[in-house]
Amino acid sequence: MNSLTRARASELAAAVRDGEVSAVEVTQAHLDRIAAVDGTAEAGVHAFLHLDADGALAAAAAVDEKRAAGEELGLLAGVPLALKDVIVTSDMPTTVGSKLLEGWQPPYDATITRRLREAGIVILGKTNLDEFAMGSSTENSAYGVTRNPWDLTRIPGGSGGGSAAALAAFEAPLAIGTDTGGSIRQPAAVTGTVGVKPTYGGVSRYGLVACASSLDQAGPCARTVLDAALLHTVIAGHDPLDSTSIDQPVPDVVAAARRGAEGDLSGLRVGVVKELGGEGYQAGVEARFNDAVALLSKLGAEVVEVSCPHFKYGLPAYYLILPSEVSSNLARFDAMRYGLRVGDDGSRSAEEVMSLTRGQGFGAEAKRRIMLGTYALSSGYYDAYYGQAQKVRTLIARDFEAAFAQVDVLVSPTTPTTAFPIGEKVDDPLAMYMNDLCTIPSNLAGNASASFPAGLADEDGLPVGLHVMAPVMADDRLYLVGAAVEAAYAAQWGGTLLEQAPALEGIAP
Amino acid sequence: MTVTTALPSFDEAIATYEPVMGMEVHVELGTATKMFCGCSTEFGGEPNSQVCPVCLGLPGSLPVVNRTAVESAIRIGLALNCSIAEWCRFARKNYFYPDMPKNFQTSQYDEPIAFDGWLDVTADGETYRIEIERAHMEEDTGKSLHVGGATGRIHGASHSLLDYNRSGIPLIEIVTKPIYVPREVAPAVAKAYVTELRELIRALGVSEARMELGQLRCDANVSLRLPGDPLGTRTETKNVNSLRSVERAVTHEIRRQAAVLSSGGTIIQETRHWHEDTGETTAGRVKEEAEDYRYFPEPDLVPMAPSREWVDGLRGTLPEPPAARRARLQADWGFTDLEMRDVVNAGAVALVAATVDAGASAGGAKKWWLGEVARVANERGVALEDAGISAADVARVEELIAAGSLNDKLARQVVEGVLAGEGTPDEVVAARGLVLVNDDAALGAAVDDAIAAQPDVAEKIRGGNLGAVGALIGAIMKTTKGQADAKRARELILERLQS
Repeated sequence: MNSLTRARASELAAAVRDGEVSAVEVTQAHLDRIAAVDGTAEAGVHAFLHLDADGALAAAAAVDEKRAAGEELGLLAGVPLALKDVIVTSDMPTTVGSKLLEGWQPPYDATITRRLREAGIVILGKTNLDEFAMGSSTENSAYGVTRNPWDLTRIPGGSGGGSAAALAAFEAPLAIGTDTGGSIRQPAAVTGTVGVKPTYGGVSRYGLVACASSLDQAGPCARTVLDAALLHTVIAGHDPLDSTSIDQPVPDVVAAARRGAEGDLSGLRVGVVKELGGEGYQAGVEARFNDAVALLSKLGAEVVEVSCPHFKYGLPAYYLILPSEVSSNLARFDAMRYGLRVGDDGSRSAEEVMSLTRGQGFGAEAKRRIMLGTYALSSGYYDAYYGQAQKVRTLIARDFEAAFAQVDVLVSPTTPTTAFPIGEKVDDPLAMYMNDLCTIPSNLAGNASASFPAGLADEDGLPVGLHVMAPVMADDRLYLVGAAVEAAYAAQWGGTLLEQAPALEGIAP
Repeated sequence: MTVTTALPSFDEAIATYEPVMGMEVHVELGTATKMFCGCSTEFGGEPNSQVCPVCLGLPGSLPVVNRTAVESAIRIGLALNCSIAEWCRFARKNYFYPDMPKNFQTSQYDEPIAFDGWLDVTADGETYRIEIERAHMEEDTGKSLHVGGATGRIHGASHSLLDYNRSGIPLIEIVTKPIYVPREVAPAVAKAYVTELRELIRALGVSEARMELGQLRCDANVSLRLPGDPLGTRTETKNVNSLRSVERAVTHEIRRQAAVLSSGGTIIQETRHWHEDTGETTAGRVKEEAEDYRYFPEPDLVPMAPSREWVDGLRGTLPEPPAARRARLQADWGFTDLEMRDVVNAGAVALVAATVDAGASAGGAKKWWLGEVARVANERGVALEDAGISAADVARVEELIAAGSLNDKLARQVVEGVLAGEGTPDEVVAARGLVLVNDDAALGAAVDDAIAAQPDVAEKIRGGNLGAVGALIGAIMKTTKGQADAKRARELILERLQS
């Protein structure tokens, strides 16, 4: 059974297709693994907020029946997946990590959810996250922390810590994340997994509970580059229900991943972003990043240094634009139609009930960002804050344009540090925000980027991520580079990075 | 609480102060589906039966712009002589209210689809050009129903019910620039503007613009100043939902503000509510400072860039401008300026036109719509077109009169019957037995009876006093319950008494 949970998604799908194993067996193996290691908010990985064993087994049985009936199966049919609890599901609650939505059962499926189901992918359950996807450690969840499978005293990154931890703990071979400032890529980096933030508009946002609408982008998370590419093709593509969805063919990411795995990057021009490195970066992170750059050269790529002078304004601009949108997006949580309602005892007005509910329902980080955003949008401050931040956004997009005129992809470390201990930065929001220094520019500019495993830092033995950035709608380049690096490292390490992770057997009773 | 101090008359008020107005009119578009989702816009459905994740603002849902609504907005803009934006966006207007599902309204702010236009309106025979600042698109809110209070207001209610069927219905808001007109015509110009706008909207076919159904809603901004002073503080009177109310509300607000100012008080910038029954406005929300809606561009929608080809194509679909149409109809109908003004003021141009199209004479059509129908509509407090009689019905009544089957008095009874819901004119005639008695046998008997009953009157007539004929006809009408053909009765009387 253990081999089923360690197998790649592409292998599992092939085995199901060929009748070597049933989808129900695959699903059961993962449910067993989850039962063994996921534990609770108090102990264990705690990647999942909600597990739907019956629903998952029924979906798997449907795949088996389809196969028995001789119907053609999708490329990932029968493969289990962990869904970040920010994507709505008509058959499971959706909490977005907040008390405000505790027990809320959406009446509809997100476009992503629908596409996963149509592809025969088995949704195991919903994974933990920072409340409303705001955070870099999953410590802002109202439902307790998720722990990093590499070291259970450390954070798994955030906001999508649950999805990344589920992959790293072999609880699921595939996961969906969402990335507003790095919430797919930073967890991938600190858990030794693959996480891709597609081009903004590449994957429908319909049914993704909004954090910051102009920055949010859902994407695939997996343990291998090819698996991520296969999942990418399932969820990507134009959706008439999302006006910001791009009506163009999805880049052929699977072909790019297969080509990359051949290990030849000759002709590829790679730019190392001068501004993303140096002071503030952990030594082991820098060392692994330099190794990765050397590897790219060795694989035939032409590596140059590129300057993106406005990237240094990315973080402050982001922390004006994001809270502004958050303050508006989170206004709907007012206790009138769904979710938590506090103080409705007949003695209070609607306004008082709204106020009480929001006061008690939102966590500290959500409140902090609502207040920042409300302030930034206020008349008299709008031009100085929101307006100015939008100008920075344009300048960062121009930096990318100029850079991509010289090179095909840009690279940097994904995060300045490896996974830090749980609790270390909870009282220091600014230190927490620094986690997303390298990832934020791509959210502001809307281009594609990803994090791939780049080895372990010498000082703490924890995973480091290689951050690759590609132009808008050139998502395939990420997979080309990622697969080439992955193949070279597999040869060097004798397998994937995750195979070096400590075993987690016997955590939960 | 209303303080009942005697207000100055309108004439007294404007003797000192100069009113400046600004009109904001919301038009509910008659599109089949809502502004940002596919839900039906049908009026009168079961509460919350025409909703979906989008118009309920459920977490995760996203808006998609209704192209027909944009087309309607552009056509309204063009008809108001506006420039059409080459590029514009939606914006979020943020404020909390229970009937607003997202707690922001998706609207337009500093980038409206149409701007800088004008509309000519006529009041008291003079034409005034009303400058249009902008026409922008937005979505309607849901509706709150407060239960348990005395008047359906939130005050004293035990609980409230929310109906989101209206949530997301497309609205166009049309905002004028400040309206400066001779002070004595200000209220009439306000009414003329809304009247003209309503006619234009109907002619465009983008909405039925029925004020009593909330399809056209008017907010009237009024301020007063001494001549030569800068603009005074304005109030915004809401719920002004009939043409008559527009004029009355503006008049009242001018008088009220004049009373406050002349007693040394200051006008508070606030919204005021218009009360049709008392003819007064009462204070609503105080706008202590400019309300901070924290507008910002709607990130869930992409900017719109209506192509010039599209806009030019839509320009070709514009109807004849109402003023030109009225001039043409007036000539066709042979009405004097005064007669035409009456028809326009009654909001009956389209009804008269339809009645004429159905075969009636213009004079006849005007007589019924502005007479009996208007009287009944007024009594019931409904619009002319909702009084219960169609243009075809009125034309049929006129046809029966022309054929000699009805006299004026009977025709009035027929119209009354139709308005009372008794059926078509022919059904009312049949059911009530309203047939003109003009056959000589039946009428002759009545004439003989009348002569026999009033020999002294008959004697006068014999003596050449034709003025006495009326007394006999009156008696004949009484015995025939009004169904006698008066002209024929007179002939018969004279035949008998003068031969």
